[in-house]
Amino acid sequence: MEWDWNFVWEIMPTLIQGVKITILATLLGSVLAAIVGLGIALARRSPNKALSRTVGFLAEFIRGTPLLVQLYFIFYVLPDFGILLPPLVAGVIGLGLHYGTYTAEVYRAGIDNVPRGQWEAAKACNLSATQTWTNIIIPQAIPPMIPALANYFIAMFKETPLLSAITVLELMNQAKSVANTYYRYIEPITLVGAFFLVISLFSVVLLRWLEHRYGKIER
Amino acid sequence: MTQWSGYLGLILQGALVTIELTLMGSVLALIMAFLAGMGRVSRFFALRWLATAYIEFFRGTSIFVQLFFAYFVLPLIGLELTPLQAGVLALGLNVGAYAAEVVRGAIQSVGREQYEACIALNLGRWQGMRHVILPQALLIMLPTFGNNAIELLKATSVVSLISLADLTFQAQVVRSQTGNTLVPFTTILIIYFALALIISWGVRSLERRMARGLDGVRV
Repeated sequence: MEWDWNFVWEIMPTLIQGVKITILATLLGSVLAAIVGLGIALARRSPNKALSRTVGFLAEFIRGTPLLVQLYFIFYVLPDFGILLPPLVAGVIGLGLHYGTYTAEVYRAGIDNVPRGQWEAAKACNLSATQTWTNIIIPQAIPPMIPALANYFIAMFKETPLLSAITVLELMNQAKSVANTYYRYIEPITLVGAFFLVISLFSVVLLRWLEHRYGKIER
Repeated sequence: MTQWSGYLGLILQGALVTIELTLMGSVLALIMAFLAGMGRVSRFFALRWLATAYIEFFRGTSIFVQLFFAYFVLPLIGLELTPLQAGVLALGLNVGAYAAEVVRGAIQSVGREQYEACIALNLGRWQGMRHVILPQALLIMLPTFGNNAIELLKATSVVSLISLADLTFQAQVVRSQTGNTLVPFTTILIIYFALALIISWGVRSLERRMARGLDGVRV
């Protein structure tokens, strides 16, 4: 079977439709993962043992099981309990929860890296817990985390093809439907691969820059 | 009750396929990791370039796309693979690329003085690598290899989409035959988590075994 450029141009608009959904899912998933991760990191530091243990175990469980199965769980099991989600929403929740457990570790490391003296100084200045977190700790903890967070968001981007399994019409699904309609696999699948490769090569450059700009962690 | 035991048998069969895939994928990944990781620190430009291209390519495109490529596109250029072969190939090459960076990092993290000692003892490059550098580097690699193996285990769920009857596939079969979603998906989530725990426990005990006798050498 030969590579056919005419066919490539013919299917391009359909694939671009898919690219839009892929990017949308990645962005929404990243936002959710950033929030969920912070929540998990804070809950694990909570003085309430029951809370920190439960959240810790749940995070461990989510990290130890495949994203695909979690997506199936959200998409197929939750409707039994009356929670009916559109595919894209289910996908974004799956991505956000799964990667939230990874970003939680980044937050944990970032928070632990804030020197002890900062906590003591906050206490000495008579700041409340909320003031300490919002004005002292978080602003210092976030910048060194940015490269590691970005790394996980890029990893998430590469996992978005899994959403096709729960009928989200993202890039991979569009490519598969094109392939099944015309019974040509070479062009669509190769284009999807090339698209991901190009984006990740660019993101390597972006990561280097982020590391250079923010990633100064004192050891 | 009898029918549930039948379905459980189905899921256990799936578990065997998942374990088989994880083991074979890990072996391939380990081989690729050492080939590419050592290639990255090679003296020869061509080898370094080849290893970098392999690593960037397989880390840059998603595992899902690679699997579809192996299963649907390779037959078109004359390489017919069974689902199992395609699965092992894609998983091994993908995770091998991630693990190769671990190998490179570990080799480079062995202290300069060790390399100098090799030269002082008149060991050849390969002898020094084999008897001095790798035994120390291996211990540094192990924990991350454990994480990589868990990532591989999680990635095996994707092969269900190319009709290989692994855990996730069997759960879908049970779902479509019984209409029950909660039981099959919860069961396989627990099985995946248990397998991940076994891997991390195995790696940790291996690490303890290998660290024996190295107390004075490593800090």
